[in-house]
Amino acid sequence: MTEASIRIGQPWRKPHFIKRPWLRWTLLLGFAAYLVAAYMTVEVNWSRVYEGLERGKKFVLAFTNPDFTTRSSDIYEGMVESIIMTIASSVVGIAISIPIALGAARNIAPLPVYLICRSIIAISRALQEIIVAILLVAIFGFGPLAGFLTLSFATIGFLSKLLAEDIESMDKVQAEAIKASGAKWTQWINYGVQPQVMPRLIGLSIYRLDINFRESAILGLVGAGGIGATLNTAFDRYEYDTAAAILLIIIVIVMALEYLSGVIRARVQ
Amino acid sequence: MPVQDLKGQKIWQRRTGRESISHWIMWLIGVAIFAFCWQRISETTTWFFVWDAPRIANDIWTRATPPRWEYITQLGQPIWDTLNIATLGTIFSLILAVPVAFLAASNTTPSRYLIRPIALLIIVSTRSINSLIWALLLIAIIGPGVFAGVIAIAIRSIGFCAKLLYEAIEEIDQTQVEAITATGASRWQVMAYGIVPQILPAFAGIAVFRWDINIRESTVLGLVGAGGIGLQLSSSLNVLAWPQVSLILLVILAAVVISEWVSAKVRGAII
Repeated sequence: MTEASIRIGQPWRKPHFIKRPWLRWTLLLGFAAYLVAAYMTVEVNWSRVYEGLERGKKFVLAFTNPDFTTRSSDIYEGMVESIIMTIASSVVGIAISIPIALGAARNIAPLPVYLICRSIIAISRALQEIIVAILLVAIFGFGPLAGFLTLSFATIGFLSKLLAEDIESMDKVQAEAIKASGAKWTQWINYGVQPQVMPRLIGLSIYRLDINFRESAILGLVGAGGIGATLNTAFDRYEYDTAAAILLIIIVIVMALEYLSGVIRARVQ
Repeated sequence: MPVQDLKGQKIWQRRTGRESISHWIMWLIGVAIFAFCWQRISETTTWFFVWDAPRIANDIWTRATPPRWEYITQLGQPIWDTLNIATLGTIFSLILAVPVAFLAASNTTPSRYLIRPIALLIIVSTRSINSLIWALLLIAIIGPGVFAGVIAIAIRSIGFCAKLLYEAIEEIDQTQVEAITATGASRWQVMAYGIVPQILPAFAGIAVFRWDINIRESTVLGLVGAGGIGLQLSSSLNVLAWPQVSLILLVILAAVVISEWVSAKVRGAII
């Protein structure tokens, strides 16, 4: 009998997302077992949570009445430091990641260079910002220099990887045409490769600027400069209105950056 | 085409004179801003410490190697906590993100001018605040522990998941939805048979992708007291037990690499 004749007369049933039944049931059972195990081991102090709801309500209400004035000089200094760290680290990070991206593109770089650049990218991506920041604060001392170095380092992994992928998927024909005209290597990169990846590079740079700003807000927690230290103090002292003000400023700046990056990316592409 | 006429000989240039001047001015402004920023950073830096840095780095390296391997027996529970924070946080965030995504997608939102902006605001505000800041806040509210970490990860992930999910909803094939509607299906039936099957692969991909990111983020949540392996890291750092620090860093690195590998495999299987 064919499959169709078996199905005739049977009501239609929705096909499952995972087609193999044994895989579906193992996944489901494993998931349920995990949930039970997790539920047994995660201790939640419900009375403490219940007490906290009052403070949670106070914090949510603080958003309707943020206090920008009492600590305005601290907030201002922290914000300026965050922005400065963001800009400086983005510039340096992008400047370093362009040569690394060229080296990490297989269609441009020879194999040894490719492997070295790819391993630099892998290291930079595997280490979280905050851990790098802890180590750099231990080495270079407190202050925005540690934050600046951390963000530059993190930018390299992100930007080089994505830019290298874009270079690898570029149109070979244009690059070959430039090479055929007798261009030197630098001219080849400048006229054959660069115009093709420029829109992507600008878009990624602005996206990274946005990420760096967000990250700079937490580096202060470990002493690497920026608004994070002020925010941490505000939480420690239960000054929710000041904390709400800082969070609102962060949200507004991130929204502005996102809008700006949308406009710029629409223009260059 | 920008061509310069030089005594009857035409020379091709990349930009016209006006373009090159505006480019030059933009570079000037950019360099000036960077110089200003660098000066501000340099003012607040104690350069003595920086010149001393190679010696300090070398010192820390000799203290941190070899890692204290026996300490790994005490890391089992913190790793399990970290895994729980990431996984439970992802599950909670997906539960919260699905309705937000449906409210934010322009083809499923009930009200384009009232509800959609609110949903978009939720997405932007949860996305723009780092999970460590959410953890700080939640610790002040509900006390330190794994639960604060779970909630912090859950809130932080709403924006990311909802954003990717609503983009997937907006890109669905409208003809399938119309076909279901034409059979006389109710609004919920259209949702279940017309929209959900189309976004299910994207949903699974997003879930695994975010889980991978959450493993990364939950390893450091303990630094502010929200449970997981970060707690061990911060206590080891506080007592300057560098051999333990290096072991914990190795464990975190391994966790990150494994979770990335798992997520890449699963996403490869879905797509």
